[in-house]
Amino acid sequence: MRLEPRESMAFGWQVGAPLLAVVAAMAICSGLILWAGASPLSAWGLLLKGALGSTFALTETLTRATPLIFTGLAAAVAFRAKLWNIGGEGQFYVGACMATWLGTGMIDLPAWLMIPFLFLTGALAGGLFLLIPTWLKTRLKADEVVTTLLLNFVVLLVVNWLVFGPWKDPMAMGWPQAAPVVDSAMLPVLVPKSSLHLGFVLALACAGLVWWMMRFTVWGFEIRAVGASLKASTFAGMPVGATIVRTALLSGGLAAMAGVSELCGVKGYLTLDLSPGFGYSGIVVAMLAALHPLGVVLSAMFIAIIYIGADSMSRAITISNYIADVTTAVSLLMVLLAMFLTRYRIRWK
Amino acid sequence: MDILSLVFETGFWLATVRMATPLIFGTMGELICERAGVLNLGIEGIMAAGCMSGWTWVYLGGTLWGGVLFAACVGAGLGLLHAVFTVHLGLSQHVTGLGITMLGASLSSFAFRMILPQVTTPPKIVPFAPLDIPVLSTLPFIGPVLFSQTALTLTAFILVAVTAYVLLRTPLGLALRMVGENPLAAEAQGLSVLGLRTGAVMAGSALMAVGGAFLTLAAFDAFYIGMVNGRGWICIALVVFSSWKPGKALLGTLLFAAFDAIQMRVQQQSISAIPYQFYLMLPYLCSILALIAMSRKAAYPKALLVPFRKGER
Repeated sequence: MRLEPRESMAFGWQVGAPLLAVVAAMAICSGLILWAGASPLSAWGLLLKGALGSTFALTETLTRATPLIFTGLAAAVAFRAKLWNIGGEGQFYVGACMATWLGTGMIDLPAWLMIPFLFLTGALAGGLFLLIPTWLKTRLKADEVVTTLLLNFVVLLVVNWLVFGPWKDPMAMGWPQAAPVVDSAMLPVLVPKSSLHLGFVLALACAGLVWWMMRFTVWGFEIRAVGASLKASTFAGMPVGATIVRTALLSGGLAAMAGVSELCGVKGYLTLDLSPGFGYSGIVVAMLAALHPLGVVLSAMFIAIIYIGADSMSRAITISNYIADVTTAVSLLMVLLAMFLTRYRIRWK
Repeated sequence: MDILSLVFETGFWLATVRMATPLIFGTMGELICERAGVLNLGIEGIMAAGCMSGWTWVYLGGTLWGGVLFAACVGAGLGLLHAVFTVHLGLSQHVTGLGITMLGASLSSFAFRMILPQVTTPPKIVPFAPLDIPVLSTLPFIGPVLFSQTALTLTAFILVAVTAYVLLRTPLGLALRMVGENPLAAEAQGLSVLGLRTGAVMAGSALMAVGGAFLTLAAFDAFYIGMVNGRGWICIALVVFSSWKPGKALLGTLLFAAFDAIQMRVQQQSISAIPYQFYLMLPYLCSILALIAMSRKAAYPKALLVPFRKGER
């Protein structure tokens, strides 16, 4: 077996490859559905229907996609600069903690000021938090994959302490949760009688903004250049250090905004299960999108469809909803494979 | 609480050695992969798969050692997948590893739900019993701490010696290290870079899975979803801490297990002024500190994270 780099690849294939990969992933996971004794076609049909089949289903899916867009953008921006930020989960909770701290009565502002204030402070906290491992990476050469990952556990333990200790809401009948944020901090609902909130629009706006920045601004160019070749960027006299710091602030900030958005848009109060792994799913979202900011919106939708659809599918036919996690993991691996095949061809000899 | 008196307490060291066991298997597995030039971030998922598959084997009527072997095979299988992606196709070791972790963890949870659809309390199995090796276990202090553990713990200690010997004293070990340091030179010597790396990742992953199986087959007697609980990530930090040396890695695992054991005791006494969550943070924070301390020496295998392709340089 020999691998040969391809000279070029038709644009259609570059877009089509991830789609084919997703189809392949679903085909592989059909094996598990067969194991559960159901027909794969009807199962996937139920999944689609459960995620997109009604206004309610659709709004649920878009609500679920919202934090994934934020964390997906966070991973995409960082990975472009080869800053391997695996700490989206921790930054998510840093944002949620900041919003809880400021939003549960400490500050009283009208909603139109309160909401931007919470998002900005949350994003700032998340960005600054990511600066710790970034600083350890640039100054002390400590691998950021490991440090950001380990810090996730540290943050979760801090949240654990907060919701069981100083922040425990006495009105919560003993449940480990913080007090709810004030009414003016709650994000308005977009579609009446649904859970879809303003955070979704904000997530879309962020995706557009990040795309514009990466594509058309000097900062975006520098981020891409540092990721493509650290040596060449240094040689070209680019502000490499400043670029990495900016990337970290942006990436950590975006992941933290997911936390603020979930807190103020969905739940209203801080708990330990505010995120079912949005930080980690964000990495899959970014990879499925080939690190493209607008692609992130689509791949976040895809992951959201899988999760929301799997819930209703598992109710309709008796199959564990862990099928959603398996499908996500297999999709990630298949997309890696597909992206490889757009760059190389395999010659069998 | 008096930490000093703990040091002289047999029970504390017994717990430390027991808690170190899965970390020893995981750290040795990761160390072998990285020495051959492949970072294996799949460890957390591979350990989960080992947990689940070892338990299932025994639950369905197999023997305990059969469960260990089955877990090792499942681990090697996931390792092969990682190797195909990273070694043969040269894809990002970071991203592939995370994919393997997600796959291993989610498949274990899915399979567990398939095998046991409607249970609230997980059924128990009869786990490995502690050995009582004649003569040795009657030695003062060392006896109960080392020789009254389960057979898997003893295996872990033997494994460290074997890994150190094979890696540092045999031609196979030399070849593995060469592949991790300078694959071009290894190829010039007529060694198969891809083959050696694939073998190392599969063997290492098998060990990780055995570490997971220890949790269900010796430490606890049931499988819980999420029971690996970050142990795999700690192993990755421990490998850096050990500067890729088996002996130091053993020391590191014991150190971290000791932290864990202290933390458990503090939690039980619950009279401490410091909330127990902060003790739980210690292993993670110490891992980061260890990483900083060790990274300055930068003893990384030179070709770690660098894919190797024939005819490309």
